[in-house]
Amino acid sequence: MVDLIALTPCAGLLPLTVGNLALAEVDAGPIHLIAPFRGGQAATDAALSKALGLEMPGPQATTRKGAARMLSVGPGQALLLGAAPPALDQAAVTDQSDGWAVVSVTGPDAREVLMRLVPVDLHPGAFAVGATARTMVGHMTASVTRTDEEAFEIIVFRSMARTLVHELSEAATGVAARG
Amino acid sequence: MRIPCPHCGTRDLREFTYQGAALAQPEGDWSPDWDSYLHLRDNPAGETRDRWYHNPCGTWVVVTRDTVSHAVTGGIAAREAGA
Repeated sequence: MVDLIALTPCAGLLPLTVGNLALAEVDAGPIHLIAPFRGGQAATDAALSKALGLEMPGPQATTRKGAARMLSVGPGQALLLGAAPPALDQAAVTDQSDGWAVVSVTGPDAREVLMRLVPVDLHPGAFAVGATARTMVGHMTASVTRTDEEAFEIIVFRSMARTLVHELSEAATGVAARG
Repeated sequence: MRIPCPHCGTRDLREFTYQGAALAQPEGDWSPDWDSYLHLRDNPAGETRDRWYHNPCGTWVVVTRDTVSHAVTGGIAAREAGA
């Protein structure tokens, strides 16, 4: 019998500390994409609200209730992290738990470092705690979410985990070198 | 250049891919209109409408812009623009 060992997307790459920036892998739990069918938004919100106590977020927004949270990732689409979805008959639901690498970027220079990679205004005035954006990190498509004043969470395809860690550590090294 | 995505707001050019002129597809079977639709393009000095694909969120945007002043004057979702 072969003994299989499950590895996380960033196994062997993280955690990493560069200057005052900490990069760590986030165990987001189950991840599902939820995309209501045309006309199914209200029924989906009602079912999610009943089962998990949260609704689908609007554009650029997140919703959270306990361990369950949702990120807007496109028109009429959101990722549900940290909880299994209830039965939704008015939405397409895809289990993508193994498909994403989730990395937290924490520290006083977090915004400074991401400014080198992300073409979105990350100033707290434009991108407050709880805001999320589908955008790019370098050449990678990514979801960037502000989880705290000095903390961001970046979600990329699992196959991009090594590239993401490389890009972030390169940028952090550059920022740290400026002192 | 910054392009307005109807879902994400105004974003940097590098998030978009150019997808050609925003033309209405001709009706029905083959006619000379199809030849124009497929092969003939204007090259306006001034206002032009074209499609851009916003890679991160997957929205097709019909962008109105000026080829002389480089001003981007509008961006609406292609499904609402009917083109």
